[in-house]
Amino acid sequence: MVLITTALALVFFYAPNDADQGFVQKIFYVHVPLAIVALIGFIVAGVLGAMHLRTRDDTWDARSYVAIHMSVIFGVGVLATGAIWARASWGKWWVWDEPTLVSFLIIFLLYVTYYPLRYSIDDPQRRARYASVFAITAGAFVPINFIAVRMAESLVHPRVLNQTAGDMPGEMRLTFLVALAGMALLYVTLVKLELTSKNARRQLRRLRRMLEEEHSGGAAPPPIATVPAKPN
Amino acid sequence: MRAVVAIARKDLLVELRTKESVPAMALFAVTTFVIFHFGLDRDRLEGELAAGVLWVTLLFAAILGINRLFVAEREQGGFDGILMAPIERTSLLIAKSGALIVYLVALELIALPVFALFFIDEGFWAAVPRLALVTLLADVGLAVVGAMLASIAIHTRARDLLLPILLLPLTVPVVIAAAAATKPLLSIPLDTSGVGKWLAVLALYDLVFGLLAYAVFDFLMED
Repeated sequence: MVLITTALALVFFYAPNDADQGFVQKIFYVHVPLAIVALIGFIVAGVLGAMHLRTRDDTWDARSYVAIHMSVIFGVGVLATGAIWARASWGKWWVWDEPTLVSFLIIFLLYVTYYPLRYSIDDPQRRARYASVFAITAGAFVPINFIAVRMAESLVHPRVLNQTAGDMPGEMRLTFLVALAGMALLYVTLVKLELTSKNARRQLRRLRRMLEEEHSGGAAPPPIATVPAKPN
Repeated sequence: MRAVVAIARKDLLVELRTKESVPAMALFAVTTFVIFHFGLDRDRLEGELAAGVLWVTLLFAAILGINRLFVAEREQGGFDGILMAPIERTSLLIAKSGALIVYLVALELIALPVFALFFIDEGFWAAVPRLALVTLLADVGLAVVGAMLASIAIHTRARDLLLPILLLPLTVPVVIAAAAATKPLLSIPLDTSGVGKWLAVLALYDLVFGLLAYAVFDFLMED
């Protein structure tokens, strides 16, 4: 999987298609796939949250959490690359009359509140449930928000994949699709990595606790947890 | 259904006797209008500026009420009562949304005339019927989302801190649609074009989030 993401870099240098915007346009191959993957990640997180509510299995909650986490990180990338691209091609770092920018920002702000919500609930079961409810609500919010903001604003931001505006030459389209696939795989890989590390950390914590209990023996007072219970 | 009526009635009676939320919301709204007067340094507003001032103020005032919505349930064991009672849990959501709609309407009954008095020259009364429709649809959306998020926030450590940051991004579409629908109504030659489209957006928002809140609320009410 990581190999394919390196293929992204390869295509990036191998098939450079300078459009009328020149070299700057290259950021397109990073920005757009990042955005698409982040948004899909948010929606997938909602589905995973629904799975958690249905099965009560904490692994679904952990998946939903990690999916949102990664999408937020990708979202930072989207905003940063978008700002750079906007500066280069429109002359401003941020433009308010762009529905796509504004709706992405709102969605990003919404998902950032996932963290304070999650960390301010102590009971793990309740935390998992509430986080899932949030994931579902916010996941449904993503398309609604896009509709509302788009209706309110003009249409200057290029829509890449719709029927008319997608007038990319073949090479560009190929590069774009490979970049998109690479970005999606990068996302999946990162999510898996994070899940594995979370699992490992949890197991380590459990082992340590068992070890501590053994050391303290039967009669000794209950050991004070040296490992602070981190929210997972 | 009887449970819904009973809970909503209880809330409204409590509010009527203690006068905790609505007067504070109204006072907040009026004070915010005064703040806007100085902040913008304008005596009269019209069009999009008027719509923006009105909706931002109403939204922030609504947050005050939403923050208080479940406080009594939490402090006096109302949640346990609801859970033990042989009723559907979503009746709590419906009742709370209903009570919140009443609060918001009461707020607007005070805030809108004051707003007109402070900022609008004339022609305000001609806009009132349509404005009432916009406000009502926006209230439903705010109330449903507010009741759902309040029931989440009340169980967290950072309660009244968390609610606004959760609520504001989620209600951005309401503000967009309500302000866009209000803008032509508060323009100096009254203009009703395009209002219908935004009413449809508000109705769609209400519908989607109403169904969504109905679907997930059970999960917020276990234990």
